[in-house]
Amino acid sequence: MSLEIIGITVLWLFLYGYLIVASIDFGAGFFAYYARVSKKEHIMSKLISRYLSPVWEVTNVFFVFFFVGLVGFFPDTAYYYGTALLLPGSVAIILIAIRGSFYAFGNYGSKDSTLYLFLYGATGLLIPASLSTALTISEGGYLREDETGVTFLAGELFTSPYSWSVVFLAIVSVLYISASFLTYYADRAEDYDSRAIMRKFALFWGAPTIIASLMVFAGLRSHNGEHFERALDLWWMFGLSLVFFLIAGYLIFKKKNYGTAFLMVMLQFFFAFFGYGASHLPYILYPFITVEGSVVNETMGIALVTVFILGLCLLIPSLYLLMRLFLFDADYVKGKK
Amino acid sequence: MLELDGVMLSRLLTASTLIFHVIFATIGVGIPVMIAIAEFIGLKKNDPHYLLLARRWARGFTITVAVGVVTGTAIGLQLSLLWPSFMQVAGQVIALPLFMETFAFFFEAIFLGIYLYTWDRFKNRWLHWLLNIPIVIGASLSAFFITTVNAFMNTPQGFDIIDGETVNISPLAAMFNPATPTKVFHVITSSYMTSALILAAITAFIILAKKGTDYHKKALRLTMTAALIFSAGTALAGDLSAKFLAKEQPEKLAAAEWHFETESNADLIIFGTIDENNEISNEIRIPGMLSFLAGNSFDTEVIGLDEFPEEERPPLWVHYMFDMMVGIGMYSLFIAGLFVMFMFIKRFNEWNKLLLMGIVASGPLAMLAIEFGWIYAEVGRQPWILRGIMTVDEAATTSGSVGIAFGLFLALYAVLGFFCVKVLLRMFKNRPPEAELEKRFPGGSL
Ligand code: HDD
Ligand code: HEM
Ligand code: HEM
Repeated sequence: MSLEIIGITVLWLFLYGYLIVASIDFGAGFFAYYARVSKKEHIMSKLISRYLSPVWEVTNVFFVFFFVGLVGFFPDTAYYYGTALLLPGSVAIILIAIRGSFYAFGNYGSKDSTLYLFLYGATGLLIPASLSTALTISEGGYLREDETGVTFLAGELFTSPYSWSVVFLAIVSVLYISASFLTYYADRAEDYDSRAIMRKFALFWGAPTIIASLMVFAGLRSHNGEHFERALDLWWMFGLSLVFFLIAGYLIFKKKNYGTAFLMVMLQFFFAFFGYGASHLPYILYPFITVEGSVVNETMGIALVTVFILGLCLLIPSLYLLMRLFLFDADYVKGKK
Repeated sequence: MLELDGVMLSRLLTASTLIFHVIFATIGVGIPVMIAIAEFIGLKKNDPHYLLLARRWARGFTITVAVGVVTGTAIGLQLSLLWPSFMQVAGQVIALPLFMETFAFFFEAIFLGIYLYTWDRFKNRWLHWLLNIPIVIGASLSAFFITTVNAFMNTPQGFDIIDGETVNISPLAAMFNPATPTKVFHVITSSYMTSALILAAITAFIILAKKGTDYHKKALRLTMTAALIFSAGTALAGDLSAKFLAKEQPEKLAAAEWHFETESNADLIIFGTIDENNEISNEIRIPGMLSFLAGNSFDTEVIGLDEFPEEERPPLWVHYMFDMMVGIGMYSLFIAGLFVMFMFIKRFNEWNKLLLMGIVASGPLAMLAIEFGWIYAEVGRQPWILRGIMTVDEAATTSGSVGIAFGLFLALYAVLGFFCVKVLLRMFKNRPPEAELEKRFPGGSL
């Protein structure tokens, strides 16, 4: 494999990791707020906080890893995205900052505040919406380059149906992934009331995810036909994604094997996300940046890959320990520890 | 008058984010060390006081970490958003430590998560103590990696530019550039020192307010002893930094010292004022001391600003930043030394009111010294973003929206700062340590 393909695959894997763990986190924030206003709090909120407290910082690092790695492997992206995304990027950062800190303030600080929880819940939906615009922009058509530099065509973005379909997909996916995970977690915790609520959510948000995906495809076809053609060549990946979606929905509907069901949801998104990513290539930012054209020099590339492998040797055992202590430790999940 | 163009606004935004982030970053690097020490002593001596100390410090730490993480994420993205051309060039050469830093974050975040939620989960308490090690290593490594990037901006090496192309790249040479050793040493020791002094200041404040108990006395003895050691380390590292500057980046030292002509036996100028003809008045002058500072001998020749073209000289006001940083360093060394001396000499009372007030002041002062030090280091690099290679003007974004972003971020930092303080105050106000001690360790047993 060539350096640029290794690089982009690694980054895409981490973005996928972020997609899953952050969706759980973002959605959980929304559900926690929902529980507060619908007065079902005592059931669900404990559950959510037990899962989230030890891991929220780790979630954030997935994101940091992605953007630092992107600039490292493909320095030209810093130039284009940096210039273009100042405003949307700043908005996303501010939302992330509010979310992370108010989570800590609310959770570790002694007083429970509905305002903190509201900020936490609302940002959970706004962040995926604002981050998803980076993917939309990567399809081209929203940046103009001339002798004065790169300009971001905000008007185009806000009036584009494609862009809104991506936002819609991002939000419903967050709720769907989160609900299916929390159903599983509630099941492990033997917290049957919460499980019933979360199961309903998981079933409810399943269909909109598929509808939103189809809308994105339709939007892509008119917005970037080239990409759409390449996606059709990879139809089997999207097909697999649909199959996993159906299995997951079936299991949750039949009230069994919630763990496997969540695994199916992960696979559903894995294939959709990698199908999208693979068909996006060779462009990172259409039509300005391709992976070949923007990859970092070979020396640095090899150094980064080496560090990455060494880093994984450190991370995988640590992550395993974290999951064993908090996710797979039945007593902890049930609140006995 | 400042001209508020895109470049200036980008500088202001970068500066305000870093000035805010570094408060939490410093605490993030230093507090884990203090927690590890307290828990260690507690286990070694079977003393619940120290264990509770570690526990309460860790609880406050969760709040500052959160703000550190989110502002760090902000600065990480802002580097690309505000300095795209810089990142495009620098990315080719210095991406390695930035990338490694994310692994250090990962490592720290994972073990911090485990640490905070497993106080009573292990039968063998030493297992819990062991979790401190990856946290301390992760935090200090983050500081190490980011400081190498900053060092690279001051003394770039490890590449050649031929026809506008960066070639012959050596990531390790870029990382271990001449500025790296002294900078890393100074940044890490000053973080440890500042964290110890902040904890000491809080404790001294409580003792002064007559709410102090044995618990607080032990805490103050521990933090002040640590502060003495770390202050000495900081001063040593600062001295080495000055020697490094004299050799590799003389214009920065010369600007800080208002040293215009290259000469040996150069005087050290402390405070004072300067007019437009570079006439200095009201200063304290120590003959020959600058030469001594730069090279351990009065004969050392110190390069003056006259060897640099006008437009490549840093602004002269960094002199005050430097002096205040050094002044605070001396003050901290003095006050920590005094307290520790009183501790060991029975005749003196280390709980003397004046001394305690001096300690209360030392915490915020140390944090100010961190800020002054960074402002000196960064402004002293002007007009370069990559010394000798790229100026700040060339690096900034061409986007027209920096002003709006600046406003938004200032508001964000105000809100975060306000709530952070508020939450921390509330966290400890209603939970005196005595009650918690009795609850967690009934009858003083472990
Ligand atoms: C508690 C904080 C603190 C204290 C008491 C001191 N410093 Fe400092 N100083 C820093 C915190 C700091 C810093 C924030 O860590 C800086 C900013 C950039 C850097 O490399 O370290 C710094 C930079 C810095 C530099 C510039 C290095 C460079 O740009 O490469 C010099 C020459 C000194 N210091 C020298 C001293 C001396 C002689 C001190 C006497 C005791 C001293 N500092 C005390
Ligand atoms: C965390 C402590 C730091 C503080 C408080 C700080 C402070 C500042 C200040 C005051 C400026 C404005 C200088 C001027 O415009 O005259 C600045 C500029 C800058 N700093 Fe730092 N700095 C810190 C660390 C770093 C580090 C570690 C890096 C890089 C890895 C860095 C990168 C930059 C960049 C890119 C600029 C903008 C270009 C420039 O004005 O030189 N800073 N910083
Ligand atoms: C340009 C300068 C800097 C950048 C780009 C930067 C980047 C970051 C990022 C992205 C994070 C969040 C990591 C996470 O998600 O866990 C972070 C946190 C942190 N940063 Fe910075 N940082 C800078 C300056 C500094 C400096 C100067 C220090 C040390 C003196 C430092 C020490 C830390 C530490 C220890 C944390 C972890 C948070 C905590 O434990 O409080 N950073 N930084």
